[in-house]
Amino acid sequence: MSTTLSHPPTEERPNYLNVDYGWKSWLLTTDHKRIALLYLFSITAFFFVGGAFAVGMRLNLLTPKGLFAHDTYNKLFTMHGIIMVFFFLVPSIPATLGNFLVPPMVGARDLAFPRINLLSWYIYIVGGIFAITAIVRGGVDTGWTFYAPFSSTYSNTHVILAAIGVFVSGFSSILTGLNFIVTVHKMRAPGMTWSRLPLFVWAHYATSLIQVLGTPVIAITIVLLGMERVLHAGIFDPALGGDPILFQHLFWFYSHPAVYIMILPGMGVISEIVACFSRKSIFGYGFVAFSSVAIAVLGFLVWGHHLFVAGQSMYASMVFSFISFLVAVPSAIKVFNWTATMYRGSVSYDTPMLYAFGFIGLFTIGGLTGLFLATMAVDVHVTDTYFVIAHFHYVMVGGMVMAYLGGIHFWFPKITGRLYPEGWAKFAALVVFVGFNLTFFPQFVLGYLGMPRRYAAYADEFQILNVMSTAGASILGVGYLIPMIYLAWAWRYGPKSPQNPWGAKGLEWEQSPTPPPTFNFDVPPVMNEPAYNYSGEEKEVEIGR
Amino acid sequence: MADSEVTALEHAPGLKHHFDDTEQQLESSTLGMWVFLLTEIMFFGGMFGGYTVYRNLYPDAFASSSRYMNIPIGAFNTAVLICSSLTMALAVRAAQLGNKKVLIWFLVFTLILGCVFLGLKVVEYHEKWVDHHIPGPGFRYEDARYFHQAQILFFLYFAMTGMHAMHMVVGAGLLTTLIIMAARNRFSAAWYTPVEMIGLYWHFVDIVWIFLFPLLYLIGRTK
Repeated sequence: MSTTLSHPPTEERPNYLNVDYGWKSWLLTTDHKRIALLYLFSITAFFFVGGAFAVGMRLNLLTPKGLFAHDTYNKLFTMHGIIMVFFFLVPSIPATLGNFLVPPMVGARDLAFPRINLLSWYIYIVGGIFAITAIVRGGVDTGWTFYAPFSSTYSNTHVILAAIGVFVSGFSSILTGLNFIVTVHKMRAPGMTWSRLPLFVWAHYATSLIQVLGTPVIAITIVLLGMERVLHAGIFDPALGGDPILFQHLFWFYSHPAVYIMILPGMGVISEIVACFSRKSIFGYGFVAFSSVAIAVLGFLVWGHHLFVAGQSMYASMVFSFISFLVAVPSAIKVFNWTATMYRGSVSYDTPMLYAFGFIGLFTIGGLTGLFLATMAVDVHVTDTYFVIAHFHYVMVGGMVMAYLGGIHFWFPKITGRLYPEGWAKFAALVVFVGFNLTFFPQFVLGYLGMPRRYAAYADEFQILNVMSTAGASILGVGYLIPMIYLAWAWRYGPKSPQNPWGAKGLEWEQSPTPPPTFNFDVPPVMNEPAYNYSGEEKEVEIGR
Repeated sequence: MADSEVTALEHAPGLKHHFDDTEQQLESSTLGMWVFLLTEIMFFGGMFGGYTVYRNLYPDAFASSSRYMNIPIGAFNTAVLICSSLTMALAVRAAQLGNKKVLIWFLVFTLILGCVFLGLKVVEYHEKWVDHHIPGPGFRYEDARYFHQAQILFFLYFAMTGMHAMHMVVGAGLLTTLIIMAARNRFSAAWYTPVEMIGLYWHFVDIVWIFLFPLLYLIGRTK
């Protein structure tokens, strides 16, 4: 059992990887770093499952008539959405990098509740088993949004199984968020004041707020949906006096904030990378930190922009539209501050920074096209078209997945104690960037021209753009496979990493050994300088808490 | 949080390795529990939101079907839960004082009261079954005008009280664990965090009922 997960035996000092090799030491561990790796392997598996469904969709859309039966196509896009949203994007950065890095970044020996942390992984796996069972038994065709009354009354696929999967995995997200909130409040090292917290931690704090406040609402929504599917009492069925819009309100009350669960941790990663590879203190630390919280708070007030054409009151729509525009302000603050951080910095072009460049450019496009969708009149034209698909893939894939890969590369030496091959990594980053844009830019055009989403067939004139998109998806797929291969290779055979290969700031690099021992630090850490002190301000001698 | 303190308190009862001292650990547990209760508020909040929407849409139907709720049992159960909150609070106090015998007695009282509540809930659910007030294919309603709307109210009734009852069952399980732990001398005046945390949970579940009772049983009485 130990051969797949463990580190090769070395004469090194004890660290969290070589301290024990048995399978029990992994499956019963309470070490946040090992749990982070359990999550890393599981979400990578789900990423490739979700990716396989995307391959199916892009193959189907090569020809106007479609290659698969239309019912099959409905299942492909549904399972792609469910797996990618609930089993990859939501846990992606928080459960892996966040789990690994939040404790050492704040100077703690572990998260506040290590056993609850392990429990969250098991809950995630149980949820995943339900989702996989739903797939194996024939799939679901409701779309990842489970809109009623189709999902509650008419669909004859495995809605309940998939819904239980989403319901269960939500609790793993809640427990992760709860753990982060308590850890950040109560476990900071001496001198680690709120204004010295790494922006990665601020971003995770904001994410955690959404996780604990939003996820319970999707849970109860799914309970009501499941009860309705069994009883057919009509709570979401207009034919029986129910209100389907209520389902959409409840669903998006979580699922819109959830898209900020999916992007905020990525923004945290980018803040770390940009400061490190510009060799400058982050520009406007306070603004970047509070913009994360502002996005989390505003994110709870904008869900109605998903309902502009659903029959929601026009006045409600106007308010939701206005608040949706407001979200652009903290998002823009981040982009401007990253750019200002690079200005006159000594920028180097290592792989994590390449991903950060990709993130900033693609997130900007994704964010600005979000404003089109927040504009009520424009939204009527592009609702449920490929424009929407392109918009949120620019944020979720161009943003979050780029940040995830950038973060994995940035902290790979910390996690494994090894260096990855820089040449291959740069090449892969370029392939991902090119493949991504070729996949999704044509979809903006397709959507604007009127091609609806979730249709298995389309008009002949859309074929060229669809073929381009499928070609891009193939390149993107290769771009994701290359890092899988060289990172796995480097984990075993890569050269040993020095303590701090990037010369980065932060407790996790400067005061925690690489790779860290089980309790992260050899001596209790002390934070005695401002965050991102790349300019070398003097350290304090006296420490207050 | 100087290091000397850490070593001095190394063997404090119940202190986990990753905390500096018991104070930090207690603060963390308390904050964690409150955050958890916040998630519970949002969980029930979704149903209260749905209730608000439909009661505004169908006020007359809701008033009509509210009359089929069993007020004597509901009122008695409210009293039972309030008493159980009192015994729970007294149990926490006994734990603070390190009085094992009193602690166990109050935990047992709380557990009994919780079981009384659940038992009466079963009686009520059975009544609904007999009257065909369970939403679904077998649903009947006395006033034909309100058939669909009343079914939605009963749907919400079962969703909300059912979720509440499930929380009570979990609470009863937790109380049983506490009683066993107390009997095995796991608690002392220096460490009784689980009693306090489960106490918070128990009070929260009681408060939910305080809202459920008037909203489901007592509406439309003036009409």
